[in-house]
Amino acid sequence: MTVRFVVNDDPVELTVPGARRLLDVLREELGLTGTKEGCGEGECGACTVLLDGEVVDACLVPISQVDGHTVQTVEGLAARRPSVDRPAAPDDLNQLQWAFLETGGAQCGICTPGMLMAGQAFLASGAPATDAAIREAIAGNLCRCTGYTKIIEAIALAATRRDQAESLGPTSDHAGRP
Amino acid sequence: MIEPPLVSPPTLADAYRLLAESVYRPIAGGTDVLVQLSGQLGPPPDRLLDLWRLDELRGIELDGDALVLGALTTYSGIRRSAVCRDLLPALVEAAATVGAAQIQNRATLGGNIANASPAGDMLPVLLATDATIVVGSIRGERSIPARSFWTGYRQTALRPDEIVIRIRIPLVADRQVRFRKIGTRRAQAISKVVVGLSWVAPTSGSPWRTVRLGLGSVAERPIRVTATEAFLEGRLPTPDTAAEAAQRVAAEIQPIDDVRSTADYRRAVTARVLHRLIREAGSW
Repeated sequence: MTVRFVVNDDPVELTVPGARRLLDVLREELGLTGTKEGCGEGECGACTVLLDGEVVDACLVPISQVDGHTVQTVEGLAARRPSVDRPAAPDDLNQLQWAFLETGGAQCGICTPGMLMAGQAFLASGAPATDAAIREAIAGNLCRCTGYTKIIEAIALAATRRDQAESLGPTSDHAGRP
Repeated sequence: MIEPPLVSPPTLADAYRLLAESVYRPIAGGTDVLVQLSGQLGPPPDRLLDLWRLDELRGIELDGDALVLGALTTYSGIRRSAVCRDLLPALVEAAATVGAAQIQNRATLGGNIANASPAGDMLPVLLATDATIVVGSIRGERSIPARSFWTGYRQTALRPDEIVIRIRIPLVADRQVRFRKIGTRRAQAISKVVVGLSWVAPTSGSPWRTVRLGLGSVAERPIRVTATEAFLEGRLPTPDTAAEAAQRVAAEIQPIDDVRSTADYRRAVTARVLHRLIREAGSW
């Protein structure tokens, strides 16, 4: 089946079996290996991406259901994307990615892309960043290293900066660097 | 990963036509079916019929004295629905316990019904509220009461060419509905016991009428425990009622030991949850 959708602002057209998992299309077809496969059955959230802005497990979505929709992966988070002329730099990261770096919210790294996407969806929802709300937002993402505390701190930190930026008006650094 | 042939019909009429021609495994949000494509849970489906494009199966509306939910209504859709929150908050509570956001954004009420897991979180609520499952095929539509929909372990009253198209939940004046799920953690857990309880009482001091008690994960399918219901009929939520009802429900069910829990635990917890729901209703 031929499917057309948008990944990280880029239009994509592919002919693939309709039952192929979004996860496999991202990693194998499109080379977007930032999205990880953990359990492959919707328990761990490592493959979390945004589909039309909502978190989904990419291992549970057949590509037929992505036709005509919009996907954002961890590669789409950085405020500026690296190119051949300009390699990746720390300044490229967005607020949430910076917050993960500052709080030590990443350890082995397998859960991190999924945590970032779940955190990003939470920040975009505009919900007040209470501890309970953050915990619910990442309830579908398992981490076996950090004990979650630093991940929750990272999302809370990014939310605080989001709220400050909103109260200050549109003057924040585009790259998101504090 | 096995990738069976998949068709994605644009209209319900197309879906009915395909189902009349050959056997398909329908797929809604995919949260159960995609796991089966690993082949590790038994033979994967031969052919998939993707229902996701069928907007005819979406929407939540009030139809006279019933809440009607399209089969493709997601748990996130139920949680966001003001109509559901106002008229049937127990359904919203149940939806909030299914998986986590990633699952709730894709998993559907129709999928939970057709997948027919004995642990399906929504199913005891449908039993407790006398819901009707409306199914359709090229031959037309028919309504199946929830209490006769699940016929055995992962067996349903659906014929091979039929799909679940909507769920009709009657709204009854003065009815109270309660939901409890017991799992290993609050999110992402498959249930050890699920309880849906409803009764009709104009005031908290009125005897209970039309009592319904639906249970999940305590039998090979979601069940009503009619002997315990009959005991509760006409009673007040007193300590004696709670104690006796707890004993009776423990005696009425025959749960099994499995990877998630033991029969003894399930029996004890079911009794305890029922006791607590009655105590809360009686405010003692």
